[in-house]
Amino acid sequence: MSQITLNVNGAAQALELEPDMPLLYALRNHLNLNGAKYGCGLGQCGACTVIVNDQPVFACLTPCAGLEGKKIRTVESLGSAEKPGPLQAAFIEKQAAQCGYCIAGMLMRAQSLLEREPHPDEQTIREHMAGNLCRCGTHLRIIEAIKQAAGHNGSLT
Amino acid sequence: MRWAQRCCWRNALLRGPVILRRRRLLYALALAQTIASAPFPGSYKERFHDPDPICPAVYRPVFLPTMNSQFLKSKTFWSCVAVLAAVALVGAFVLMWRPAIAPIERPTVFDAGQLQRGARVVEAGDCAVCHTRPGGEYLAGGLPLVTPFGTLYSTNITPDAQTGIGEWSLPAFDRAMRQGIARDGHFLYPAFPYVHYRRMSAADIADAYAYLMSGPAVHAPAKQNQMNFPMNIRPLVSFWNLLFLHGEPLTPMAERSEAWNRGRYLVDGPGHCAGCHSPLNLIGAEKSSGYLQGGSVDGWNAPALVGMGQRANPWSREQLVGYLRAEVVDGHGTPAGPMRPVSLSLARLPAGEAEAIAEYLLSLENQHSVTETTATTQPANPADQTSGALLFSSACAGCHAPAAPMREIDGRPGLQGTSALQAASSRNFLKTVLEGVPAIPGSPGPVMPPFAASLDNAQLGALAAYLRQQARPDQPWADLSSTIDALRQETK
Repeated sequence: MSQITLNVNGAAQALELEPDMPLLYALRNHLNLNGAKYGCGLGQCGACTVIVNDQPVFACLTPCAGLEGKKIRTVESLGSAEKPGPLQAAFIEKQAAQCGYCIAGMLMRAQSLLEREPHPDEQTIREHMAGNLCRCGTHLRIIEAIKQAAGHNGSLT
Repeated sequence: MRWAQRCCWRNALLRGPVILRRRRLLYALALAQTIASAPFPGSYKERFHDPDPICPAVYRPVFLPTMNSQFLKSKTFWSCVAVLAAVALVGAFVLMWRPAIAPIERPTVFDAGQLQRGARVVEAGDCAVCHTRPGGEYLAGGLPLVTPFGTLYSTNITPDAQTGIGEWSLPAFDRAMRQGIARDGHFLYPAFPYVHYRRMSAADIADAYAYLMSGPAVHAPAKQNQMNFPMNIRPLVSFWNLLFLHGEPLTPMAERSEAWNRGRYLVDGPGHCAGCHSPLNLIGAEKSSGYLQGGSVDGWNAPALVGMGQRANPWSREQLVGYLRAEVVDGHGTPAGPMRPVSLSLARLPAGEAEAIAEYLLSLENQHSVTETTATTQPANPADQTSGALLFSSACAGCHAPAAPMREIDGRPGLQGTSALQAASSRNFLKTVLEGVPAIPGSPGPVMPPFAASLDNAQLGALAAYLRQQARPDQPWADLSSTIDALRQETK
């Protein structure tokens, strides 16, 4: 066990962790941030996606030890049920969730794209989102929601 | 995506008659000097100060006789200057001026068989790899190619009249493919591999033309190149061409099999493999002596393609065919980085094409016996080994450990035998971990997540040292931390 300080959603959190513990377990079990989900645990589905600095990463494959000093953001940083952020609002308006298990990861991956490129075209969105899977098959609505958010941030597409 | 950013700058064929070319240049210079110095007073021998009266200018060029001030004012002198200037002007004009070829109305009727063949040629030539930017329209250009001479943007080769090649006739297209001259007469940069494409058959070029002209026209103006001085002056490419542009369309060698000849054609012609897999000289042309002996592209090592069957971890024909078609091959892994889109293109072609390439490549023997050993054999650091083992179990094991779920379900490779871990340089292993193997919308895997943001440099180093220890305990990688630093800088 070692002392590791993680900066999560803007707050420094000092934790006693095994250094090779994947970030997902620290978030869910130690910080009670249950937005990011355990899907496959193999970096293949994207349900655990969070943002580290400005990059989307799979929290299930990211050891905590290397994350000191980096800014970690989870879906909880985007807004709340009462006050959803613009991307979350777009997901709600387009009814992009069915069972909802993949959505926290989808939101974080999409968020990282919109921060880098506020008005991506559909092809860019599709390529960027290809790493995250939805078993219910709501990909088309998810893409619609991201397109709407891309317009929401500026000119409407 | 950076995989293709440098790829094509390297595509410059330079082999065989280069020395001849240089000598030809020398002859030309000497001849010019002889003409220019003809009206001077003094005997032939005096002028050249050369004991050999046969052809002194060619073998030992000497400089103009000492000039006194009276001579400088003389008519003879000024007429010499005028003649020289005229010769230089005519020379420059011949070298640097190319006529425009008249625009045409875009053809509208195509032969179905020709379109089908053309689609294959375009795939084999990897046109879309550079001429489509990530997220962009197919073949509409815009991909940045970062070269040591500045940044180029690939152009629109859809049949749009204003911004693409819609006004190009077949002769204009053929000239571009073989000589690197655009329809309007401007010089194209050798990042466009015309030194390889000129070795293609006329029929293939015509088929590719038909296919390109039949596609949807996309209005996409070319992005402004940011080339450094003096390479921002396009006519200077003519000098590069003078040195490096040669080679005729390939003709089959009768003593070789049909597959071998097809393979050679694909490798040296449309596939332009040597563009990445040969070393480059200072001005970005392939070194004549280094044919397929390995180069580098976008921070990746493009391994040597000679002697593939005789290495420590040799390639079999089946392995090479599978690898060329983007499959995961037991013992070698799967193409990543700049080779990935190339292999995906090959996978869309009939299997015979990859088989032919394998046939040809495996016939190439290593003449220069490149040793695949690293210089130092420092003992592995035990702390790195422990932390590397832990990192492997938490970040990699789900796909790559023995009996890992993803190995069972979807054929992920064990890592020990992969070319990346067996290679003398750690670059390809590190680049694969940093960048992963990206997902393609609508296509099945293999997919590997990028770990650039997940692992810090120390972790990456420990992981690499641990896995290398498993794969090649006799040869640990030297300079891991400096290589990692360099790669991080390059990808910034």
